[in-house]
Amino acid sequence: MKKLQNKVAVITGGASGIGAATARLFVSEGAKVVLVDLNEEKGKSFEAELKALNAEALFIKANITSEQDVADLFKQTVEAFGKVDIVFNNAGIGRVQPSHELEYSEWRNTVNVDLDGVFLVAREAIREMLKTGGGTIVNTASMYGWVGSPGSAAYNAAKGGVINLTRSLALEYAEQNIRINALCPGFIDTPIIPEESKQVLSAATPMKRLGKTEEMAKAVLFMASDDSSFMTGNALTVDGGYTAQ
Amino acid sequence: MNNRFDDKVVLITGGGSGLGQSAALQVAKEGAKLVLVDLNEASLEETKQKVLEVAPNAEVLLITANVADEKAVENYVNQTVKTFGKIDSFFNNAGIEGKQNLTEDFGIEEFQKVVNVNLNGVFYGLKYVLKVMKEQGYGSVVNTASVGGIRGVGNQSGYAASKHGVVGLTRNSGIEYGQYGVSVKAIAPGAIMTPMVEGSLKQMDPDNWEEVGKQFVQPNPMKRFGKPEEVGYLAAFLLSDQANFINATVIPIDGGQSYKY
Repeated sequence: MKKLQNKVAVITGGASGIGAATARLFVSEGAKVVLVDLNEEKGKSFEAELKALNAEALFIKANITSEQDVADLFKQTVEAFGKVDIVFNNAGIGRVQPSHELEYSEWRNTVNVDLDGVFLVAREAIREMLKTGGGTIVNTASMYGWVGSPGSAAYNAAKGGVINLTRSLALEYAEQNIRINALCPGFIDTPIIPEESKQVLSAATPMKRLGKTEEMAKAVLFMASDDSSFMTGNALTVDGGYTAQ
Repeated sequence: MNNRFDDKVVLITGGGSGLGQSAALQVAKEGAKLVLVDLNEASLEETKQKVLEVAPNAEVLLITANVADEKAVENYVNQTVKTFGKIDSFFNNAGIEGKQNLTEDFGIEEFQKVVNVNLNGVFYGLKYVLKVMKEQGYGSVVNTASVGGIRGVGNQSGYAASKHGVVGLTRNSGIEYGQYGVSVKAIAPGAIMTPMVEGSLKQMDPDNWEEVGKQFVQPNPMKRFGKPEEVGYLAAFLLSDQANFINATVIPIDGGQSYKY
């Protein structure tokens, strides 16, 4: 029995990394997936790849910081697949820069994508789910929503915001059968992490390795599926033990 | 993904009832060989019957043991390895609630009794199982903490102290054993309708406990008790290979309750 049979899942940041790994797993569990990304080339080619596996997949180019884009992408999703059961609210950006050199515009941009964007997608998702009687949302926060690190003030502030946004929305919609949880990844083996940093970051992690995107996908699947039916407001840390140190 | 536990050996303490029994049923459905430990021999037989109903071919070893007795813990771990040759997953779950009382009236003996089972018993389990898993180079441990292990509940000195202690043991052992490919995590169940919680409600009002239960879950965001099988799903996920990189962390399952205040 597949865990997401006939479910419709919207995945932002769906063209690469944790979003793409999650899309692959969701499809293998029977879901129809909507891949949302700014990168049209990657998005379209990934859509084609999933369709070649006989999966139902739809790529939508959208900027999650645009209210109009977010409204449109949900409209298109409902037109294509009739409903929205699951939203993996995953798109985000971040880069390392000393805070005294951080332009305000750069701060605004990071918080705009990583926090405001997550809110806009969640709000629209909730609007759709209220119509159909429920659903699940998984927001991508970070272990840097729990702890600090030098040079990432905007990212870390936004990710801390995502954790408490998750709790607050979860409490607000628990009675409407909308479950909202967050994923807090540690250091994950994606192209974002430069090769030369991988060894240092592995050594800093109690499991002495980086996490895999597939491992994040499995945690997202658990939180998105009925297997977690009594869990809401949770920020699941998947970091090999990094933040427990 | 139906058979996450094919050829896996899963050791469960407190396997005779409640969360241990639910986890046993879930992993057995997915192919696990089971070792069930409980103080109550009759309850073990009951779980075994239920397991065989959902998984007729399951291999099940029953061990009657008191987890507060270090020698008994050493024995159940040795028996497991002797019988099945390895331990893939360990649900370190046995626990008791203790008599509810104000701190000043809680009683030294009662405090020690609860800590002996809930904290010492969990530590003994870690001591013997982690040695085996370290040598194997793999394994997953799930300790049962509680929302009472991350929040104040009241009238539960022994339970609060021991469950907070379980959280500490989880973080400590997870840091130590991650490098050997072994992950250690804890679950923190909130209001789950287990025999233990039923007993707790009966302590509050023996004649009217169901009504007390309804009032008890009113502050819960989902306005209901969790079902033991819902915790079984979480335990199975965490005990499986799917959750290898989840380590040294505590996962509440409480309908959102612990995020509320």
